[in-house]
Order: sequence, then structure tokens, then C-alpha cells
Amino acid sequence: MEMKDFVVRFAGEGGQGVVTSAEGMAQAATQVGYHALTYATFPSQILGGPTWTQARISDSPILSPGDDVDVLVAFNREAYDNHVDEVREKGVIIYNSNDFELEGDPRSFGLPIEELAKSTGNTRAANMVVIGALAHLVNMPQTYLDEFVQKRFSRGRPGDEEIIRSNIQAMGLGRSHTAESGLSVGDLAPPRMPDYKQIMIKGNDALSLGARAAGVEFYVGYPISPATTILLWMEHNLIGEGKFAYQVSSEIESITGILGAGFAGKKAMTATAGPGFSLMSEGLGLAWMAEIPLVVVDVQRGGPATGLPTKTEQSDLLACMYPAHGDVKMPIIAVGTVEEAFYGAIKAFNWAERYQGPVILMTEMSLAERVQNIPKPDLSQIEVEERQVYQGKNGYHRYHGSEVSPMPLPGSPGAYVANGSEHDEMGDTTHLASRHIQMTERRFGKLKLLEEDEFEADNTQESIALMTWGGSKGSALEAYNQLRQRDVPVAWYYTMFLNPLPPRLLEELRKKELVIVPELNYQGQFSGILRSQGVKAESITQYTGLPFKVRDLVQKITEMTKTRRKETVGA
Amino acid sequence: MSKKNPEYDFKWCPGCGDFGVRRSIESAMINRLEETGLPMENNVVVAGIGCSGNLVHLLEGAQPYGFHGIHGRTLPVAMGVKMARPELNVLVVAGDGDFLSIGGEHIAPQAARNLNICAVIMDNGVYGLTKGQSSPTTKLGEITSSTPYGKMEAEADPLELYLTMGVSFIAAGFSGKPRELTQLITQGMNHEGFAMVHVQSPCTTYNDTFEMLKGNPKKGIEPLIWDVPEDHDKSDKMAAYALLQRRGLPLGVIYEDADRPSLDARMEEMRGRARQRTMQETLDSYEL
Ligand SMILES: Cc1ncc(C[n+]2csc(CCOP(=O)(O)OP(=O)(O)O)c2C)c(N)n1
Ligand code: SF4
Ligand SMILES: [Mg+2]
Repeated sequence: MEMKDFVVRFAGEGGQGVVTSAEGMAQAATQVGYHALTYATFPSQILGGPTWTQARISDSPILSPGDDVDVLVAFNREAYDNHVDEVREKGVIIYNSNDFELEGDPRSFGLPIEELAKSTGNTRAANMVVIGALAHLVNMPQTYLDEFVQKRFSRGRPGDEEIIRSNIQAMGLGRSHTAESGLSVGDLAPPRMPDYKQIMIKGNDALSLGARAAGVEFYVGYPISPATTILLWMEHNLIGEGKFAYQVSSEIESITGILGAGFAGKKAMTATAGPGFSLMSEGLGLAWMAEIPLVVVDVQRGGPATGLPTKTEQSDLLACMYPAHGDVKMPIIAVGTVEEAFYGAIKAFNWAERYQGPVILMTEMSLAERVQNIPKPDLSQIEVEERQVYQGKNGYHRYHGSEVSPMPLPGSPGAYVANGSEHDEMGDTTHLASRHIQMTERRFGKLKLLEEDEFEADNTQESIALMTWGGSKGSALEAYNQLRQRDVPVAWYYTMFLNPLPPRLLEELRKKELVIVPELNYQGQFSGILRSQGVKAESITQYTGLPFKVRDLVQKITEMTKTRRKETVGA
Repeated sequence: MSKKNPEYDFKWCPGCGDFGVRRSIESAMINRLEETGLPMENNVVVAGIGCSGNLVHLLEGAQPYGFHGIHGRTLPVAMGVKMARPELNVLVVAGDGDFLSIGGEHIAPQAARNLNICAVIMDNGVYGLTKGQSSPTTKLGEITSSTPYGKMEAEADPLELYLTMGVSFIAAGFSGKPRELTQLITQGMNHEGFAMVHVQSPCTTYNDTFEMLKGNPKKGIEPLIWDVPEDHDKSDKMAAYALLQRRGLPLGVIYEDADRPSLDARMEEMRGRARQRTMQETLDSYEL
């Protein structure tokens, strides 16, 4: 039977190479022309402890991590016990027979992973043993993988040839061993090498790279899962004249540090997760009040308080939109794919400069750690917006009028006080009602500059629409595609611009009888926001710490469309 | 504000110590302007929230840039400005409550970094703006609006705290001696690293300590303040500790470590060692 894709899950203990296996498999598959997407969870402990990662391999671009596991690679007994239920009926389980023996499961066979690797003379080829085994299970021609190994290890170093030989041998051993088991999961469709250049990148790296493309110059942050990798990326890559990346001592320092840098003329950013975001409340209000451009990334995890540091959730939307006391409403871009993480970061900086204020860039655990092949961005096609800088003489009124006004830079004429108290046009503190009215309207009025025109829309004549947000996009879109195949009458809408929403999109949504919003939180945060804007929205919620399964969405959406149709017929 | 702004209605009480601090800061900035030829706009004053922080609006004459943000966060804002634009002269002005209480967590990290800024603290031993509550430097047992039966915690010793935290330049001043204070602020601004100028700036409304500080021979009150002796070795940390054990309040430079590199100097040095890649090179490194 030909399969378009398959899902392999590696489960074991931290330190057993579980993470690198999934990434290695994804690397190998994309090198030969497949598409790959990984999905990882982390153990809460540093070393040891149960952990697993998953790779989905397909002949076409991938939207979600995949509902069911086709092949489980169990590195130890506990891993087998914990994951066996997620293996689909016709799936296969490879267990590491160097670690444990398994009896009575006809879908399984033992692979002496370390022993086979050792016999090639290269203990580090254990990965390749597994890849060889998987290749056999899905009937992937060996030539593809040999090519990959040749390419990967031809680095012009003296040991290259030996490494290539042992790796190819390891794959061969994995294959032949698997062949003896007589098990198989099907025939994977042959790869179709895309005719465009690609990069293979993790969500948080794509976001960081996007920030860099947008011209980020100043980054400070405080370690917190799952945002830490952005800090590390910046410390490695944001180096040079006029640039600064640094670990500070709290999220209060992060936000106030970038406030100082944004005021001083830099494109500044920090990234954090829920607990750190809460600490930034007051500083975000200040950025709004004093009109200082900056970008804050919230990589959502389960909350509240310390919450679920290693799980995914979309429960920070309200906190991101209204993070501070007083009249504020933050611009929000929520990315839904690895590719959007790159372009969303660029947009966030453009917005910050365009309206001169803080922008919240939302992402989440499941995207942060996802490794995926995406089309390589063409830097010459990227539009980067720069700050309107004041270039006149001293005596300037920085907060003049009701629209964005050029911002003076310290060191040049135009000195003013950036003020977090209500202020007059020169930045001096005031209590006049007329001034508070003017400045409040000025601050809200600027949001108009962020109204974008583009959004995703499909099958728009239907009166029931599906519109998810953020990292649930992949599962929702896959569900939508299946629903369309079954002729379920539903329209698709999507945008990463959650505030302000593209006005044309809002207009269309308001005309719908029902807008179904899958989101990973208890309260249905986004549908609440949509309802407050006159959209008849209802959520499909989930708060398990895990992403949606496509199957669940298909079922729930189908039910909701049926009930709705009955209601309308009855009425 | 260069001229009187009728819309700005905050005023310091008559006799408030902050007037003298403002004069000293103005003079120090003018002197710097004359010495370096850099315009006033090269200075950035990051102000705390309190009566003291209002100084940023009350400066007269040529105007520096100002940042008047939120309570307690002057230091990290100053770090943002300085590390973004090391060529700027960054000055912090804040009260004892702002700097030592709500903002206390920021002092040690900046001391360790040796952030190249000068912080002028206006210590009046009270929360002035919120009308007379106790602050970290309010004396043990003192009755204030928030300590009706006397303050129950020991007063902080800011100078000793700075010394212990590793601040590389520590000076103590008095708002009643603006000429000397100007000198200290100038030295603090010229110091390549984290400079603290801690100023006794009495609150005439809620904690008037002028007489106590200056003394009053008629009433037989011995002055609390005394000048740091000329032979004090300010590079010697133990000597600085010893100085602080004496009764009263020393005025002058207590400690100075002129050799420790500042954070911006270390950043320069790191850049020389680090691998720098262009955006395109960074992007290419992810290619399949
Ligand atoms: C987060 C926060 N908490 C409390 C306040 C209220 N508040 C304003 S100024 C101040 C204390 C000021 O004392 P100090 O820093 O010593 O300045 P002074 O007025 O004495 O110069 C307080 C508690 C505030 N503005 N923000
Ligand atoms: S209350 Fe005290 S500190 Fe505030 S202005 Fe009046 S005298 Fe100065
Ligand atoms: Mg005070």
C-alpha cells in the first residue's frame, strides 16, 4: 500500500539520543527530497527521565505532527509501556533489545541498536542503524540514504571516508535486521525534490532569524523554557558594531532594558514565557505610554504561575493583549508555523517602528521546538521598515498632535522627556483632562497604522467558518482539508494579525452565522475577543498541554456544523 | 523644561534638598559640555518616581534627554540606553525608596557588570511623594505615617551596601553643599564604570534633617557630616570600610576602582574575539 507519509516516535530517556534521532531522521529525509516536521516534548528533569520526540515524513509539505504513530522506537521498557497505545493498529514497534526484551507483542521486534553500531567500528552510528530499520519498514530505497550519508559526511576531512563507510554499513545492518522480522508499515511514496531552495530550521531559530532580518540590534533576556533558545541564538548571532545581546537578571530588567534601548534608537527585543511575561506588565504599559518601539516575544507554555513549563498551550492571549493596567491594547502577531515565525518576526519589528510602540509576538512551545524544512527566504524580497527619526532643531514637541510623529534620538537635537506619566506634547507630566483625552486617543489612534489587508480565506461563500489562531493552524488546516474532501460546508479564514485584525477579515467574519475557533485554552480566549467585536464565534477548547489531533477537530467541527444547520432549519 | 511650563504643576516644597541637587547636576553637565564640546543632547537623565525623579522636568537651561518611567527601574533602563549607545553620557536620578527599596534588586547586577553610568541618589530617609512613609534609610524606631509605633527594621547603610556589592566608584554628598556635590558628580560621570553619588537631600516637609546634618552650635548639636580626610586612600577597600565605621556621615569620594573594565569595554573586547556573520551567512548556514 502506498503511503503519503508516516510518523515515527522515538521514546526513551533523556540522554539516550532520543531528540537527535528524530532530528537525524528528519535531516536524512529532507536531504533526499521528503518533507519533515519534528515534534518534541521535554522531560522536566535535566538528565534521564522519560522523553520522546517524533518526526513526520511526507512526500508533500506537512501541516501537523500527525495523530497516530506508525513506528515507535522504544529505547527502554518504560517508553514502550507509555507509548504503545498511540501506535496505530497496523504500526510497528522497534525496541532496543540491548536494553530490554519484549514478548507477546506481534507488532514488535528487537533491534540491538548499540551492538550493531559497535560492530561497524563506529559507536556513534547508532542513529544510522535506526534510520536503516525505518527505511526498510517504509520501503525507502537504500540509494536515497546512501546519497544522504555521502553528502552529509563529505566534509573534506581525513576521517570522512571511514565515517561514510561505517554509517552506510550501520544502515545496512538496521535494514537487514528489520527484514528478518518480516514486519512492514507500507510503501512510502517516492520523494519529490522541491524545485526551490530550502532551509531546515527550528521554530525559535526561524523567529530569531526573522528578527535579525528585520534589523534587531539589541536583545536582552532571562532564561525560561521554551524561550531560552532565542536568548542563546541572539548571544551567538547578534554580535557586531552597534549590536548587543546579553543575559540580564530578571524579566523586569529585560523589559526595562529594551525600553532604554528602544528610546535610544535601537530595534530592541526580548523573549520570554508566561511567568516572565507577567513580570513585564508595568514595563509594557510604559512602552505604550511613552511610545517606545520594541518587540516582546511570548513563547507560550502551560500556565498560570509556573504552570506546565514543558507543555504547549495558547492561554496567554488575553494577557498579551491587555498586559498592563490602564487603557492599553497591545498589537499582537501570533505565528502559526515555522515559516510564519520568520516572517512574523519581521512584521513585528515593522509594526513597532511604524506605530512607535510595543508589539507582542506570540508563539508557543510546540512551534518553538519544531524542526521543519521550509522554503529558503529571499532576503532581497524582504521589506524592512525603519523609524521615522526627527532631524530638526531643539525645541521639538515629541508628542505633538494626534498621529505618529518623528522620534528624536539621544545625541541629536530634539531633546525631550520620554514620560510614563501622562504628559503634554513636550513630555512633561500633566493632569489636564483635555490632555489625557488627546494623548489617549493619540495612542489608540496609532493602531490604525497596523491594519493589514491580507489574510487567508477559502470557500468563503459558506455561512459557517473555521478560524483558528497561532500554533493550532497546522492541525486546523489539515482538518479543514479533510472536511472539504467530505463536502462538509465550512469556510477557512486565518491571519497571524490578532490585533488589530485585518478590517476586511473582520467584516467577513461578522457576516457568518458561526465562526468555529479551535484554541488550546479553557476559556476560549480568542472567540471571546471575536464576540466582543461582533462575531458569532464559538471555541473548540483543549487544555491537555498537547496540540490538537486532526481527527478530534474533524469530528467536533462536523458535529458543530450539523447542529448549527439543524438549528437554522428548525428556526 | 527650559522655560516655565504652566501645564506642569509639580513643585518641590520650599527648602527641599532636591533644589541643591538639581543645581549641582546642571553645573556638572554644563562643565562636561565645556570640557568635551559635546552638546547637551549627549546627556540622558533617567529618573525614578518620587519627588526626586521630578528633577528631570525641572532642569533649567539647555535640555538633556530624559526618561521618566516607572518606579524602581532606573538602572536597567539606563543599561538599555548605555549599552545601545555607549557614546552617550547616562545619568540616573532617584530617591532612596525608588533606588534602594523597590529597585534594590538592580544594584548588585549593575555593580557586577560595572555599567558605565553615574547614579545620583537623593536620600531623604522617607517616601516624599507618597507623603511621608518609611524608607530603607529611615532610622530604626522612627515614627512616620506608615510606622505609627516606630519603624521595626534597621536602617540600611547605602554606602556600605554599595561597597559590598562591588560598585566601582562611591561618593557621598550633601545637597547643602552644591559646589562640592558638583565636583563629585563630575568625577562620577568621568569614572569609566558604575559610579554612585549618594546625596543627603533632606525633605523639609516629612523628614527635615538639615540641622542634624549641619549641626547647630547654638543648640549644642554636633554636625553629622564630615569631610573625607585628604589622606584617605580611596583605592583601598578596607580603608573605605574603616571610614564608614566612624560616627556620622563622610562627604567625598569613599572608594574608587579605576582599573576594572566597564561593561561596554568588555563588550568591545568580546566583539574582537567573537565570530561575526552577516545575515546572509547566518541564513545560508540553515540551508539543506
Ligand atoms: C510600582 C509602584 N509602586 C508604588 C508607587 C508609589 N510611589 C511613588 S513614589 C514612591 C516612593 C518615593 O520615595 P523615594 O524614592 O524615596 O522618592 P522621594 O519622593 O522621597 O524623593 C512610591 C511608593 C508607584 N508609583 N509605583
Ligand atoms: S515632600 Fe519632601 S522631598 Fe518632596 S518636595 Fe517636599 S520637601 Fe522635597
Ligand atoms: Mg525619599
